[in-house]
Formats: sequence, C-alpha cells, structure tokens
Amino acid sequence: MIKQILLRRAAQAAFVAWGVGTLTFIMMRLLPGDFAYRIAAGRYGYDYVSQAAAEAVRADLGLDRPAIVQYLEWLLNLLRFNLGDSLVSENPVTQELAHQLGSSLELAVFASFFALLIAVPVGLYAGRHAGGAGDRLSLMVSVILRAQPVFVIGLLMVLAFSLKLGWFPVAGFGSSEYLILPALSLALTLAAISSRMIRNSTCDVLASPFYRFARFKGLTEQQAFTHHASPNIALPVVAFVSIQAINLIEGIVMIESLFSWPGIGHALAHAIFARDVPMIQGAALVMGLIFVAINTVADLIVFKLDPRQREETLS
Amino acid sequence: MKADIQLRPSQYLGAALLLFLLSLVVLETLFWGHNPASQNLDQVFHAPTLAEPLGTDQFGRSNLARLSSALQTSILMAVFSVLTSATLGVSLGVVAGWKRGWIDRILSIVVNILLALPGLVLVLLFGALVPGSFFILYIAISLVLWVEYFRVIRARTITVMNSPEVEASLLYGFGPWYVFKRHLWPACKKDIYTLACFGAGNSVLALASIGFVYVGLRPPHAELGLMMVELFPYYSDAAWVLLQPLTAVILLVLGFHLIAGGEHE
Repeated sequence: MIKQILLRRAAQAAFVAWGVGTLTFIMMRLLPGDFAYRIAAGRYGYDYVSQAAAEAVRADLGLDRPAIVQYLEWLLNLLRFNLGDSLVSENPVTQELAHQLGSSLELAVFASFFALLIAVPVGLYAGRHAGGAGDRLSLMVSVILRAQPVFVIGLLMVLAFSLKLGWFPVAGFGSSEYLILPALSLALTLAAISSRMIRNSTCDVLASPFYRFARFKGLTEQQAFTHHASPNIALPVVAFVSIQAINLIEGIVMIESLFSWPGIGHALAHAIFARDVPMIQGAALVMGLIFVAINTVADLIVFKLDPRQREETLS
Repeated sequence: MKADIQLRPSQYLGAALLLFLLSLVVLETLFWGHNPASQNLDQVFHAPTLAEPLGTDQFGRSNLARLSSALQTSILMAVFSVLTSATLGVSLGVVAGWKRGWIDRILSIVVNILLALPGLVLVLLFGALVPGSFFILYIAISLVLWVEYFRVIRARTITVMNSPEVEASLLYGFGPWYVFKRHLWPACKKDIYTLACFGAGNSVLALASIGFVYVGLRPPHAELGLMMVELFPYYSDAAWVLLQPLTAVILLVLGFHLIAGGEHE
C-alpha cells in the first residue's frame, strides 16, 4: 500500500516535470516575436539589444535548430537533472535553485509551525464550544483572512509592525527577526482555513457515538480525548493538507516577493521579470515537486494514523 | 422564480458589498468620468475634494477613476473566467460522468496534470510567457478554475445516472436533454452556484496577486494588485491612497465569498 502511494505520487511528479517543460516550450514557440531578441533583452537589457546580440544568443543556445530537436534535448537533459543555465547569471539553474530551496523551506517550515501554533488551540476551543461566542468570532476572523490575498496580510503587517512600531525590519534575510513577519503572514492565511477544519473535525468527533461510549465506560475526559478523540480529529485535518499545500506554495511566491526573501518564489518572480526562461521553468518545476512531496507525506501520515486503511488493503 | 431561494443574512451582506463596489463604478462613470491614466503632476497626492472624492496618486491621477477602472477589470475577469470555466467544467464533467470509458480516462489524466501544479504557479507561468495580456490571464485563470467544476459535477453525474429515477426516465425513452434538465441540473445547480461564487473570488485574488508580483497587467493599466505595488513606496506620504486598492480587494473577495454561502467549509 505504501508502495502504491509512492508510485502514484512519483507518477504525479513525473507529470509535473513533463507538464511544466512542455507548456513553457509550446508557449515560447507560439509567442509572437523573435525568441532570441527577447532573451537578448533579458540578458543585456532592452537598450542593448541589437542584431548581433540576438545572433549571439541564437548561436549560443542553438535556437536555429528545429523545435522538436530542442524539445527532445530538453527532455533528455531533464532526465539527467540538468535544467540548463540561467540566462541572466549564467550559472546552472539547479545550482541556483538548490541554494534558494533552503531559504524557501526554512520559511515554509516556520510558517507551518506558527500556523499549527495558532490553528490547533483556536480550532479545538471553537470545536468544544461550538456555536459560542469564541466559535463565531473565530469564524468571522477566518472568513475575513481568507478573503484577501496573502500579500495584503503581509503589507498590513509591514505597515503595522515595521513602519509604525518599528519592532521588525521591513525586508531582508539573515537573523531570525527577518523571519518572523513573513512566516507569520503566511501562517495567518494557513491558520484561517485549518482552524476551521480542526473545529469541524472536533465537533464531529465529540458528538460521535464512539467518543460518548469512551466517556460512558468510565474514562476521564482527558483520557477519552487523548486516546479516542485526537487521532480522529487529526485524520481529516491531515487529509486536508493538499489544499493547505497549495496555499502554502502560492503564499510563498507572494510573501517572498514582498519581503525580498531569497527563496524559490522570489527567484520565480525575478526570473519572470528578466524573462529568464530556464529559471522560470526550474522554479515552477521545483514548486510543483514540493507540492507533490507535501502530499506524499500527508498520504503516508494518514496511512499511519488510520488502521482502517491498512486493514482494507490486507483483506 | 421559485420560493425555495432563501438567502442567509451573510449572503445579503455579500450582495450588498458587491452592489456597493458596482455603484462606485457606475457613479464614477456617470458623474466624474475622469481618465484613469491622465496625469497631472501639479496635483500629486491631493487630498479628497468634491472634484476628486478619493484624492490623487503619485502622478496626480484621479484615484476614483483608477479604482473604478481596476474594479471593472477585476469584475470583468471574474465574470469571464467563471462563465468559461463553469461551462467547460460542467459540460465535460457531465460527459465524463455519463459516458465514462476512454473520454473519462483522458479527461481525468488532464485534470491530474493540472492538479499537480498549484493554480497560481500555472497562472504565473502563463503571465510570464505572455506579459501584460488580459486575454492570456483569462485563459490561465479559467484553465485553473474549470477543474473544480469537473470533479464535483463528474462525481454527481455518476451518482445521479445510477439512480432508479434516471433509469426509469431512460426506459420511458426520454432523451439526454430531458435527463440533464430533469435529473442532473437540479442535483448540480447548488454546487455550481457555490463554485461559481468562490471561483469569482479566486479569480480576483489571482489577478491581484500576479499584478502584485509585477507579472500581470502592465502600467498604466489600473489593476488592484498593481496599484498596491505602485503605491507602496509612498505609504508614509499617503497611506490612505494605498489603503484604497487594499480595501477594494478585500471587499470584493469578501463579497463573493459571503454570497457563496457565508460559512462554507
């Protein structure tokens, strides 16, 4: 069964790689205008584009060969984990991305950690007191937080905590104080959704016959909650992680751009601006792969948490 | 048309928010009608007056005109992409769930490829490859949105098609259109409605988000996300100008989300 999960996700990862590459490839060909000129503009700046510069780019990248040859070559290189060189810095894309991946993961891990720190207590409280004032307040906050792009939360944070109060630096990278605002902005968006998930899950479990039976047979509230409620609350929440993963990755693109955090999202935005196609491809590819990886981990946790799933496959 | 349409208070609030934003656009066109791109450098960050109810921006352009133009862009994008993605998703979902077989398998593969990439990254890719084009962004956003309809409607169709009622209808010799109208549409319309409202909100978010990372529409086009990046450096001179597009995005998306059903989980 674990093998099945891994195989399915591996196929998905392959789809991501093929899909991103093919899509960019097709669209670059369909675009009006000469590809070489656009890359030359990205490399040397728009003011320095000349016939000679475009020809140099064309010869350098082998753009004069048939499209299908270039496409097959790209696929072959992908199999060797070679994503080409950045058109701007001329370093290998994999090298640049490996460097940025670390910062992105750091941000993602801290954001998820903060999100749990907010969502778990809020969700459990709201679920135990469903319909109460706290529940309704958390619903209202969650609806409002969800109704805005994550960068609006980030902007408001910067306006409040950096510019008005001066507690944290506006943007940058280095010591831990730079991490707090971006991670917190991301965490609020994530917590807005997951706190409601935890709340609903808690509600369902506390109203379930099995929980009432656990209490009825004499377990204390603490015992019943630890042994009977918590795994059942966690299950749908973990299964929901795929939607959270989308929010996390999309949020990372925005938040990294806003706070100049040197990660994959920031790299993607920059590459787009400079029309650095191999970097665009590489960054999109890595984001897709992170997404698949998060979902794989979620699948595996659900599998561990839920004995029913394991028994089903045995019978 | 029917008495079963009962709106909740939160849905009224959502409708009111959208009406408020729309009336802003209508009033601007009727009474002011400034050009959102025309600059007046003598009037930089002018405080609100009767002629300029929301003041002016860093180039002395009319904020009201720019906000109204940005709202029109966002709402148009939402309407276009929701209509397209709903039509595409619902019709393909019905076909896949009804006919099954190879067409279902092919569509499911396509959906799996699309789902393997976060939607915004896909929109960013499109925006990156063809910069500043409303049309390409519309295609990209619709491409991301239709998957949701497809999955829901396909699942619904499979259940409905296996029900005794549909079997009876088919045995009586009713055609596909009748089966769709009598059995499928009533089972699906609530989902479609909810998905459409969320889809509208999400398309507004997507457009603003890529505008914010400078990949979407290009200046001097007024677009909510783009306005925010442009105005951000001037936060200390005129924070109230920066707050205008911020508030507009929040109200617009909140309106759509509230209409979708308030506390849809």
